[in-house]
Amino acid sequence: MPDLTKTAPVPDETKAPVADPSAVVKADKARSLWGDAWQDLRRNWYFVISAGLIVILLLITAFPGLFTSASPTTGDLVNHFLGKPELSKIGSPEWFGYDGQGRSVYARVIYGTRASVIVGVAVTLAVTLFGGLIGMLSGYFGGWIDALLSGFTNIFLGLPFLLGAMVVLQAFTDRSIWVVVFALAFLGWTQIARVMRGAVITIKQSDFVQAARALGASTPRILFRHILPNVMAPVIVVATISLGVYISAEATLSYLGLGLASPTVSWGMDISGGSAQIRVAQHILIYPSIMLSITVLAFIMLGEAVRNALDPKTR
Amino acid sequence: MTTIDKTAEVPSARSGDDHVGPLLEVRDLHVEFHTRDGVAKAVNGVNYSVNAGETLAVLGESGSGKSVTAQAVMGILDMPPGRIPQGEIFFRGQDMLKMSYEERRSIRGQKIAMIFQDALSSLNPVLTVGYQLGEMFRVHQGLSKKEARAKAIGLMDQVKIPAAAARVSDYPHQFSGGMRQRIMIAMALALEPDLIIADEPTTALDVTVQAQVMDLLAELQREYNMGLILITHDLGVVADVADKIAVMYAGRIVETSPVHEIYKRPAHPYTKGLLESIPRLDQKGQELFAIKGLPPNLLNVPSGCAFNPRCVMAQDICRTDIPPLRPVTERDGTDLVGRGSACHFWKETIHG
Repeated sequence: MPDLTKTAPVPDETKAPVADPSAVVKADKARSLWGDAWQDLRRNWYFVISAGLIVILLLITAFPGLFTSASPTTGDLVNHFLGKPELSKIGSPEWFGYDGQGRSVYARVIYGTRASVIVGVAVTLAVTLFGGLIGMLSGYFGGWIDALLSGFTNIFLGLPFLLGAMVVLQAFTDRSIWVVVFALAFLGWTQIARVMRGAVITIKQSDFVQAARALGASTPRILFRHILPNVMAPVIVVATISLGVYISAEATLSYLGLGLASPTVSWGMDISGGSAQIRVAQHILIYPSIMLSITVLAFIMLGEAVRNALDPKTR
Repeated sequence: MTTIDKTAEVPSARSGDDHVGPLLEVRDLHVEFHTRDGVAKAVNGVNYSVNAGETLAVLGESGSGKSVTAQAVMGILDMPPGRIPQGEIFFRGQDMLKMSYEERRSIRGQKIAMIFQDALSSLNPVLTVGYQLGEMFRVHQGLSKKEARAKAIGLMDQVKIPAAAARVSDYPHQFSGGMRQRIMIAMALALEPDLIIADEPTTALDVTVQAQVMDLLAELQREYNMGLILITHDLGVVADVADKIAVMYAGRIVETSPVHEIYKRPAHPYTKGLLESIPRLDQKGQELFAIKGLPPNLLNVPSGCAFNPRCVMAQDICRTDIPPLRPVTERDGTDLVGRGSACHFWKETIHG
């Protein structure tokens, strides 16, 4: 019986979608590669947590003054580092304690975010643009252009990343954030170039590329309008994962005394300074380290989540 | 001028240059591919011509060189490994092989357009169909995004896609196979080209949709008085649409004929074999005829007539001498207009 009652109001059911065709179209629209990925990501805890963390980090980067009233660079020796952290006073200058020069560790952690995030994002952007362009050109044109550009890429790939960055940094006396960005990007672009080259070689053999050519599209148009959107997925994945790596590379360089220099505030420099007092005042070392770990983890988690969402085979 | 206005015009009024003669003429075209195993001779001296408003069907098995010829005409052969060692391709009297890259590019899409076999893989999966249709106008006529979109909707209407305005921002995978092929046809038609090359436009479709798509293509061709080169391996598709047929085998044209005569009296054993291998209702229950053997390896084409290892009529001369494409005549010597056969024994085949 229930079946019969269900079949009765058929005209109404067929009417509903006709009455609102825009709703049908909208529901359908999400079923593209990126639409599917977004549906997948929204329900992925890794993505939600890492994206939340990254939003907070970006807020700190943009407006550090919102999170602390203390200055990261002026210290009062009254607040000697032997003054232990007062964990109950959330958000106050003494929350994470003070360092050897009486500066608030909490304020330094907050202001240090900017250096790390800017280095991470800027290096990733530079590397993606330059490496992506090199990879795209060598993949699309092939022949002697590919031989030349791939050889160039392989030379840079052979240079050790951190050691090479140290050598580059030695050449500069003024070590601003942008110099560190340059040193890391100078050696970091090879991975993206190789990923891009492989993806372009696969896509350029598609029928739709030949169809675009048959309809008179120019080479730049084929490259940027037809091929580029199809190769973005693997490139974005590699870029987000390596973003975390660049942040830790900056910290490593600063720890070694080759990266950023005072008065710039950075986690790497604080970890370096804190390691000297590890026996008496662990908090100087611990808090910037925790922030660094969380940040790197957030970006790597985001990259993993995006990769899984964009790769239909993992669904 | 919108595409819809075009119907009112007299067919001969289009074009607008003073060239007399065929729209497209391919003369002695050779294409070879340099591979690791040697030189594959994909096309060995093909001649054909198409007039405005005429449909030429190019028939042949896989690897017979029919698609490669079309790609050479379009200028989308991958070179290297492809090479055109000799031959001429005249479009309105001008040899396209001697043109600069930019000259050829402006012809592609605007004057000669192509419809591909597999519409799903020939449409970019990450761009909406509206964008891809509108791209033609943006590349060749410099229209704005908005104008191009309006034109795209008009084109979709013209190829009878229902609810065109609502579907213009859909992605290719949201369309059915037949609808996708219509979009490909719309793309090829966008700039009202003089010549369309359709490379197996219905192969990926089921039979009912095949008929619809072919009807649409024929209708649009009549409307615009375009030349059409229909590349296919399906003799059934050809009969209704084509005016003349060129049968290709191993990179050569082995028989040319006006469309209906070839079905009645084939003049080449290969064509005869193809026709006999069509299933027929009046021969129900009998074993279906098949041409024995495989198409030749293009790296190592048999000497003499390339078809000789598979041919039921093969004699010694077939293994030594390449038969040229000769005009075919009646028994009494009267010319059969438009007919030609590249067989030493064409008389026996057609009259025997």
